[in-house]
Amino acid sequence: MAVKKFVVGCFDEEEAVFDAVKKVRKSGYKLHDVYSPLPIHGLDKAMGLRDTSIHTAGFIYGITGTTIALSCISWIFTKDWPLNIGGKPHFALPAWIPIMFEFTVLCAAVGMVLTFCYLCQLAPFVKKHHFHPRATDDKMVMVIEVTPKNDAAEISSFMNSLGAAEVNTQIAETGWWIGRYDKEQKLYADETVSA
Amino acid sequence: MASFKYESQVRAPLVDGTKDYHQVTEDIVRPIEAPPSRAWWIGFIISVALLMFGVYSIYREVTYGVGQWNLHKTIGWGWDITNFVWWVGIGHAGTLISAILLLFRQGWRTGVNRAAEAMTIFAVMCAGQFPIWHMGRVWMAFFVLPYPNTRGPLWVNFNSPLLWDVFAISTYFTVSLLFWYSGLIPDFATIRDRAKLKWRKLMYGLLAFGWTGSAKHWQRHEALSLVLAGLSTPLVLSVHTVVSFDFATSVIPGWHTTIFPPYFVAGAIFSGFAMVQTLLLVTRKVLALEDYITMEHIEVMNKVIVLTGSIVGIAYLTELFIAWYGQNPYENYAFMKNRVDVFSPYGWSYWLMMGCNVLSPQIFWFRKLRRNIVVTFFMSVIVNIGMWFERFVIIVTSIYRDYIPSSWAVYYRPTIWEVGFYLGTFGLFFTCYFLFSKFFPVIAVAEIKHILKKSGESYKKDMGKVENESVDQLYHEVHAAHAHH
Repeated sequence: MAVKKFVVGCFDEEEAVFDAVKKVRKSGYKLHDVYSPLPIHGLDKAMGLRDTSIHTAGFIYGITGTTIALSCISWIFTKDWPLNIGGKPHFALPAWIPIMFEFTVLCAAVGMVLTFCYLCQLAPFVKKHHFHPRATDDKMVMVIEVTPKNDAAEISSFMNSLGAAEVNTQIAETGWWIGRYDKEQKLYADETVSA
Repeated sequence: MASFKYESQVRAPLVDGTKDYHQVTEDIVRPIEAPPSRAWWIGFIISVALLMFGVYSIYREVTYGVGQWNLHKTIGWGWDITNFVWWVGIGHAGTLISAILLLFRQGWRTGVNRAAEAMTIFAVMCAGQFPIWHMGRVWMAFFVLPYPNTRGPLWVNFNSPLLWDVFAISTYFTVSLLFWYSGLIPDFATIRDRAKLKWRKLMYGLLAFGWTGSAKHWQRHEALSLVLAGLSTPLVLSVHTVVSFDFATSVIPGWHTTIFPPYFVAGAIFSGFAMVQTLLLVTRKVLALEDYITMEHIEVMNKVIVLTGSIVGIAYLTELFIAWYGQNPYENYAFMKNRVDVFSPYGWSYWLMMGCNVLSPQIFWFRKLRRNIVVTFFMSVIVNIGMWFERFVIIVTSIYRDYIPSSWAVYYRPTIWEVGFYLGTFGLFFTCYFLFSKFFPVIAVAEIKHILKKSGESYKKDMGKVENESVDQLYHEVHAAHAHH
């Protein structure tokens, strides 16, 4: 991915983040992301993120499962090996409903979790830059990207005006890596600017 | 404020005490960071010892065959399938709490869902052992999977409830595991970011999958949880329905009844909640989590127990009525002679079941008893004994007297290896639970934070103003605030 420069602001209350996010969007600065220890309902709308389509993906995985189960069982029991069970019909649809249902749920659930991990780039051994160690504890961390059009000092003072409790500048990798990217390749530095 | 959601003051707070987000993290993660207590070691060692005894019992069964168990001509299923159904039933409360109560917006589920889901996963693992080892030639267990093979290809029978069970149990286990783990990812990240020890940082870094808490990730996480809950809801109902089909689709008197699916599902929830009570009453005490698993949680679960216990009671009585009303002599004999008659060989087990499952939970109509920890703990054990006997009654009393009275003479009692196998699954279950309670957050940290400002005691007090003020006063305040702007 890419190494970029960011201004990081820490907030104590999720309510304050809503106002801050709105002001950042109005000001034209490039909002990188907001990190929080808990899901904040409505923040995605405030940030202008589009709705996730993970439900649609789940639906597609689900009907794929239904189709596979129905087509496989009907091929097996009517064409490949028609088993005579007490003279009952070979195409015994009602008896297949439990397996079709279970397979639908299995495909939808497994598919959705894998899609979720792919979209969020989550996997064992994966490492990412953390802008603040307490972003998974009690701090809401808003990150603004420094672009060629503006400079870090300007954004820092703007971040202070939003009421951030702690402001600093960081140069960070935006993607993920495996192993000790930070120490050996010296690609990211942490220069703390006192607010 | 945007994220404040109003909750009535009539409802007791779900999180007691004055807490902020950091305090929540501290309270729940502290036991993971502290060295295990002496009680933990004692419990863990006993569990592992039981597990070892179970492993040896299975070794006997695999080496010498199913003859190590006292199964015979009429009793082809004994303790083994009783234990299977019992464990699967226990496994139902976790998904009920995490999925169905999520869809019903029951805030109290948040304090108990993580431990209940863990219980589900471990209980299904235990349940799965029984049909697998009952196969006898266990190295052919893969024959239950439908795949093109060199035996014809000879396929599995898709019309058989036993195969439906293979699909139902394995799907249930997989989906529960995914649901549980996706909820654990943000909490593992919390532990990782606090960790001071190198191995702990490494281990939780591995488990946390690189979670950062990004807004977009949370949005997807919420959507994923909701859809998984939607999928798990019919799934959890289907699993015990399919287990009941194992019996209901047969033509054995005592099994051949259409009431089985709802009756099994209610019984499963009943026993599952009892096991959740048994585990959480100990867990909250040992890990000092009384502020998160409060008396409200215990009381509401006791209400579920009295409701489902009564549903099960109605099912028992309906079965008896239909056995008489249906006028089928075999059905009538199975119920009236093999079960209800106290002096029949297994009559005692029927009345033990009735006493434990139908009569004893009725004490929970009294609020004082619902909120009594000792009574609750005692009842949770009684209910699970009763539910074990329910499965024993259904299985054994329906088949020990078949259509040839000459084979009635043999009284079925388990061998030490049958009992050992059952004890071994207790060992497996508690070994897993002890490891879980030591290394995993037993309460969903991020989810508790999410309800803290709505249902936390200190926050609720501030919001109580809205209900205590008169309408006039409130109107003036709002008016003044507008004028000020």
